[in-house]
Amino acid sequence: MDTEPRPEPTPVAVNRDHSPWNWLLLIPIVVPLLTVLFNADSPRLFGFPRFYWLQLAFILLGVGTTTLVYQMTRRR
Amino acid sequence: MWRDHLTEIIIFAVLFLGVSAMGFVAARWRRPDDMAHLDEWGLGGRSFGGWITWFLVGGDLYTAYTFVAVPALLFGAGAAGFFAVPYTVIIYPLFFLVLIRLWSVSHRHGFVTPADFVRTRFGSPTMALLVAITGIVATMPYIALQLVGIEAVLKTMGLTGSGVLARHAPIIIAFAILAAYTYQSGLRAPALIAFVKDTLIYLVILVAIIYLPYKLGGWSGIFEAADKKFDASASATDGILLNANNQLQYITLALGSALALFLYPHSVTGVLASRNRDVIKRNMSALPAYSLLLGLIALLGYMAIAAGIKPLPGNAAGSTDSNTVVPLLFDAKFPDWFAGIAFAAIGIGALVPAAIMSIAAANLFTRNIYKEYLRRDATPAQEASVSKVASLVVKIGAVACIVFLDPQFSIDLQLIGGVIILQTLPSVALGLYTRWLHRGGLVAGWIAGMGLGMWMLYQIPNAATKRLHFGGSAFPLSKFGFDTPKTIYVGLVAVVVNLVVAIVVTAILRAGKVPDGVDGTQPDDYFADEGDPRITPTPPEEAYAEPAPRV
Repeated sequence: MDTEPRPEPTPVAVNRDHSPWNWLLLIPIVVPLLTVLFNADSPRLFGFPRFYWLQLAFILLGVGTTTLVYQMTRRR
Repeated sequence: MWRDHLTEIIIFAVLFLGVSAMGFVAARWRRPDDMAHLDEWGLGGRSFGGWITWFLVGGDLYTAYTFVAVPALLFGAGAAGFFAVPYTVIIYPLFFLVLIRLWSVSHRHGFVTPADFVRTRFGSPTMALLVAITGIVATMPYIALQLVGIEAVLKTMGLTGSGVLARHAPIIIAFAILAAYTYQSGLRAPALIAFVKDTLIYLVILVAIIYLPYKLGGWSGIFEAADKKFDASASATDGILLNANNQLQYITLALGSALALFLYPHSVTGVLASRNRDVIKRNMSALPAYSLLLGLIALLGYMAIAAGIKPLPGNAAGSTDSNTVVPLLFDAKFPDWFAGIAFAAIGIGALVPAAIMSIAAANLFTRNIYKEYLRRDATPAQEASVSKVASLVVKIGAVACIVFLDPQFSIDLQLIGGVIILQTLPSVALGLYTRWLHRGGLVAGWIAGMGLGMWMLYQIPNAATKRLHFGGSAFPLSKFGFDTPKTIYVGLVAVVVNLVVAIVVTAILRAGKVPDGVDGTQPDDYFADEGDPRITPTPPEEAYAEPAPRV
């Protein structure tokens, strides 16, 4: 079996890991670490200080970004 | 006094025994042709689809200890404890980028542990051994901490005897049951139990975050009560917002914990058990549902403040066990039957990660110590049986930690565990991207990072518990000679130093033409997927010609 030459990977396969869309994933890695954005009390939302509701909202940012990148980089 | 909690105890026991039965039955679930193979016992046949992976990895990463300790942190220190939320936001993009490559290369080469990868990638059994030992040492106290989670619940139900053995009898029984079904069913047991555990936890938390604010005067009232408590306390570092001095600690702890989490052997085990790349990628969008859950659970700490909960006394005289605040809150505010369900959720929640962690540690021992150094010609069946026995040993070790040592010691060890597991980042995570680092450089970096990390942890005192050493993970920058009261997370500093040393030593070794190991991987291994022609017996042309299923 090893005597057979390895099949050349298709170009699609090679590029799959190197999509420029992957750079978008830096957003949900960096934004949750910027304390200036959320370390404040006002404005409040449903009684939650900004510190709490904004950081919970970053979860949605993460979901949105990974979903977008997944859809854009999946094998067609 | 346990008689007052009889309803809770009965519901807890029934649910606990129910899932234990599931654990034994799990061996028959998705039954393979041959269970006597490490891929089957230790990775569930590498066959889990989207839903199972979601429950398994969710049940794996968000442990019972997290559910008990994070609210306890908010209860005690306020905003600083909320780092768990950014931490669990950051991990998913990281998983998406990095672990997907680990899955592919492991799928292609049949790796079971991160150390397997390091061995093949860098041609270095030494570095692989270091990664394996680091993984085992970091995982053991983590398993012990799951017991702390169960213990907090048992204590609240009044199940605390006097004397070492009487106090720990319920936990020893629980872990014996867990050990037995993990031995029999392997990774299939926690995968099946995770369905029950997570359903219970989602149910309990949804009810709690609707019902409790209504009882405690709304969310504004809850935050107000917390604010008042922190204003009145003597400590300068607590409060419902961060202050100028703990922001650096907050972000370095969130980032460092995220980096550590995907290096932990049990996370890798959960990910490697999935069927293909698509399952993992889709899960990175779905798993943050658990982060939302965790964020809400964290706020239970403030609800406990608003409800005037006083934590139960700890093991040492005069101390308090703040891990009991969430169980106490449920005990005080909910009817007994519902508190019983909540306690069962926490108790069962401890079993899933404990099982996966012990399997991961056992796999490390089997693949990277037993097969590498003791028995090179071990068959897959022998590997599986060694791993099964090793998983028992690991659990006995964890129970011994709790029974014979102060639980505080396990918490310290877990703190150290996060710092030391980070030291495998250059070989495991960067290794997935680049082969530039020399194996000698990796070993040197590991030693440097490990040494510095331990030294820094040793230097940290804890004012609250009056301990001089290992008092936390927030290192005062003033000890480095900076004129500032700011603190920073030890693990991140240690891993940066680790990297710098690895790079410098690599440059020196390359200049000196010191022989480097052989890289056993190919660039295209890192995006191999299910049905890759080099793994399956299918002829290559046919496999490539087959169109990918459209979803």
